[in-house]
Amino acid sequence: MSDISKFSLTEIVNGIKKKDFTSEEVTKSFIDNSKKSKKLNTYITECFEDALKSAKNFDKEKNYEGLLSGVPIAVKDLFCTKNIKTTAGSKILHNFIPTYESTVTNNLWSQGAFLLGKLNCDEFAMGSSNETSFFGSVKNPYGDKLVPGGSSGGSASALAAELTPATIGTDTGGSIRQPASFTGTVGLKPTYGRCSRWGIVAFASSLDQAGPMTKNVKDCALLLQAISGYDPKDSTSINTKVDSYSSKLTEQVKGLKIGIPKEYRVDNMPNEIDNLWKKGIDYLKDAGAIIKNISLPHTMYALPAYYIVAPAEASSNLARYDGVKYGHRAKGKNLIEMYENTRSEGFGDEVKRRILIGTYVLSSGYYDAYYLKAQKVRQLIKDDFDKAFKDVDAVLTPSTPNSAFKIGDKTDDPVSMYLNDIFTVPVNLSGLPAISVPAGHDKNNLPLGLQLIGKAFDEQTILNLSLAIEKRANFKRNYKNWWT
Amino acid sequence: MSEKKFDYFIDGKNDKWEVIIGLEVHAQVLSKSKLFSSSPTKFGAEPNTQVSLVDSAFPGMLPVINQFCVEQSVKTGLGLKAKINLNSVFDRKNYFYADLPQGYQISQYKNPIVGEGEVILDMPYGTKKIGIERLHLEQDAGKSIHDMDPENSFVDLNRSGVALMEIVSKPDLRSPEEVNSYIKKLRSIMRYLETCDGNMQEGSLRADVNVSVRKIGDKKFGTRCEIKNVNSIKFMQMAIEYEARRQVELLESGKNVNQETRLFDTKKNITRSMRSKEDAHDYRYFPDPDLLPLKLDESLINKLKKGLPELPDEKKERFIKDHNLSPYEANILVSEKEISEYYEEVIKKCDKKLATNWITVELFAVLNKKNLPISQSPVSAKNLSSLIKMITSGKISGKIAKDVFEKMQAGDKNPEDIVQKEGLTQQSNPKELEKIIDSVLSKNQDKVTQYKSGKEKLFGYFVGEVMKVSKGKANPQLVNEILKKKLH
Repeated sequence: MSDISKFSLTEIVNGIKKKDFTSEEVTKSFIDNSKKSKKLNTYITECFEDALKSAKNFDKEKNYEGLLSGVPIAVKDLFCTKNIKTTAGSKILHNFIPTYESTVTNNLWSQGAFLLGKLNCDEFAMGSSNETSFFGSVKNPYGDKLVPGGSSGGSASALAAELTPATIGTDTGGSIRQPASFTGTVGLKPTYGRCSRWGIVAFASSLDQAGPMTKNVKDCALLLQAISGYDPKDSTSINTKVDSYSSKLTEQVKGLKIGIPKEYRVDNMPNEIDNLWKKGIDYLKDAGAIIKNISLPHTMYALPAYYIVAPAEASSNLARYDGVKYGHRAKGKNLIEMYENTRSEGFGDEVKRRILIGTYVLSSGYYDAYYLKAQKVRQLIKDDFDKAFKDVDAVLTPSTPNSAFKIGDKTDDPVSMYLNDIFTVPVNLSGLPAISVPAGHDKNNLPLGLQLIGKAFDEQTILNLSLAIEKRANFKRNYKNWWT
Repeated sequence: MSEKKFDYFIDGKNDKWEVIIGLEVHAQVLSKSKLFSSSPTKFGAEPNTQVSLVDSAFPGMLPVINQFCVEQSVKTGLGLKAKINLNSVFDRKNYFYADLPQGYQISQYKNPIVGEGEVILDMPYGTKKIGIERLHLEQDAGKSIHDMDPENSFVDLNRSGVALMEIVSKPDLRSPEEVNSYIKKLRSIMRYLETCDGNMQEGSLRADVNVSVRKIGDKKFGTRCEIKNVNSIKFMQMAIEYEARRQVELLESGKNVNQETRLFDTKKNITRSMRSKEDAHDYRYFPDPDLLPLKLDESLINKLKKGLPELPDEKKERFIKDHNLSPYEANILVSEKEISEYYEEVIKKCDKKLATNWITVELFAVLNKKNLPISQSPVSAKNLSSLIKMITSGKISGKIAKDVFEKMQAGDKNPEDIVQKEGLTQQSNPKELEKIIDSVLSKNQDKVTQYKSGKEKLFGYFVGEVMKVSKGKANPQLVNEILKKKLH
């Protein structure tokens, strides 16, 4: 029955319902795969025994009411899980066990799913390659030297390697979409406020959003439906109706207007990315969509603005990790020394770099020139999209400027690492929903994704367009299993 | 009443100096739960028993504004006749300290919920208007305890996240006496509004005091020092006096005042430097991304406005106009909400002027002696009212009333019962009084002769004798009338 792990989330949900297989069989299949996956380094915490118990329990009680009844799911280790260690990929939380469950994971469990394990990620979700994790780099199923992308790299890798039927990540500047693109999977960042941030270890509060990562678009619609919803415990959560994304999902996109922003054709972009983009345009034309050239003139300022706003918020959000209340504490002769030692030992280089940048841009005398200016730029970028969406229903771009790169390739050059987010950050700055859908391979047979950006709270349209692309691209994850 | 002139100046060697004071008052919002969490706020609970995951800044926890605290601060703003800002913003004030779990305090920096307002003070030299610069909402920090263990410090987070209103005055105060009056007035307004209990012992009201000095006649303000976190009016006054003198001495000896933060040492009664402007924290304020800007509806403000109680200034005006009280009397009666409530209860059934006298003289003397607030008065408003009614109806004399009042204090006894049981009813029967008077006059024939020959002072003697014989119960008015008739 180990073939179960090859099924999509939707197939597994239906198979359990139709009693083609039991939850226990499903769970065992993914546990077997996971146990053989050490070389991928995707898990920080395995919850296999508890998962099996839950599965057996499910098979006894047979409650099929949820959207995800009987399905084991591993999640990014940024979601706080009750009584299960939650590290955010950091030494400073290596021993932290929450007494509470994040709203988003709680939504999964109330739809009948249960926890399979906690997946590796960049430390505090800061990174684009999963190399900043205190628990080591994650490998891409497409090659043992390749990064899976980040920060939800463990999630993307585990999903692509069929260690979990689906997963959830978080996306602050591209952390779901970029690894999805690098691993040939589907990843969606919902509209800001669509999913609750309560119980997710914060990186940059005004940008963070949880979202689904799945094998295909249909699964993505289903999982998005399961995790979305208003949460009074998150003041930035928005009280608006959650669509029945999966039942409304359709590839009928005839007449939809798709914007192609000229500013996303960046210097030195590989031809194959450009070609992929053209293929995406052709797919959508073929589906009956109308292609329009548009301009998002402030796009070039998005990356610098992002790398001011996100570190600024992070520098403040991470102040709570001081060794006083929980997590790692180093010794010190006095309070200040204890702080210094704790934070020096507890945080890795990338986190320290961003805390320093964030502290600097908020400092008196620099605030106006950096933080305030960046906020103004952010507004301009949002205005660009607002204007564009008067004429188009969605925007199509490549997800990333390149395919998965080699581990260690960019670790000494933070700027080149940051450039990986160039197509994804404008979306976070604008609060809009966007999805990365696998659409082809490069010359080295590495997957490439296309990004569809939608209007606020119109996840349905980008899901439908992605489905249209998916049908036409006929993408297959054709890696060779090198890790078992 | 002749008005005194303002006369608080510091006498230097050569010049007289004026003291300029501004206050930042931190008033704890009267609310059952904290500003951004549902934890309780009760004072005196066991350490760390009123702490939620939000208050202790656990990963992924988010603040949610307590609407009641917002309304409390709007009410306070209305009580200060201040501008209410329909849009305000919560900012993060970033600094590290063990009792600040988040590593930042959520406060309002550039856009406070309440703007400019005023507080009116009644000083012996007339009324004085003190400008309010702003009022903003913020979280309190926890408490670090350094004296429980030789090696470790302890942290109590019960206060962490409790809602505070920071009320910033303009630099309009000029003496410790005005500061005293200002704090008391602020406290009184907030207690009328029930937005802060004003309990200074429990830390519900604290202040940072800004002090500078300038030569009389100078237009420019001098360099100021801020004295942090003073928690009693007395200490504030002492700190100001010391600090003003210190600054005058510095300036007169040709030195400069450094802009700095100072602490008041309550043991030595001096202020000490805490940190200079150069060492000031860079708090890196920025809008809290976990909270949306706070938007208020005009309709909410109107609703709160309509629900406002009568405030001390308005009440005072009414007492003067409708009850014929002097400004001085009215001031005392409105100074505390409970006093005004007591007074208004008493006058429901008796004379207002007499009630005012009884409350401000007799009752206050008792309360002072026993060191009790009026809410714990040994004589209830209802019983005091009955007592006064017996005076005005002539049932007992004012003199007897004082004895009865004394007896009422032992367990709030009903004055009517006391009068009846002890037979203290005033003698107002003219025939019986005439008998007593006749006997007194016949015993004092010589004095009657002297009186009639012009020694009119003796009239009081006759009255006294009659009262003595009647054991104080004779109706003094009738005694006067009958005596006058008899002696003519």
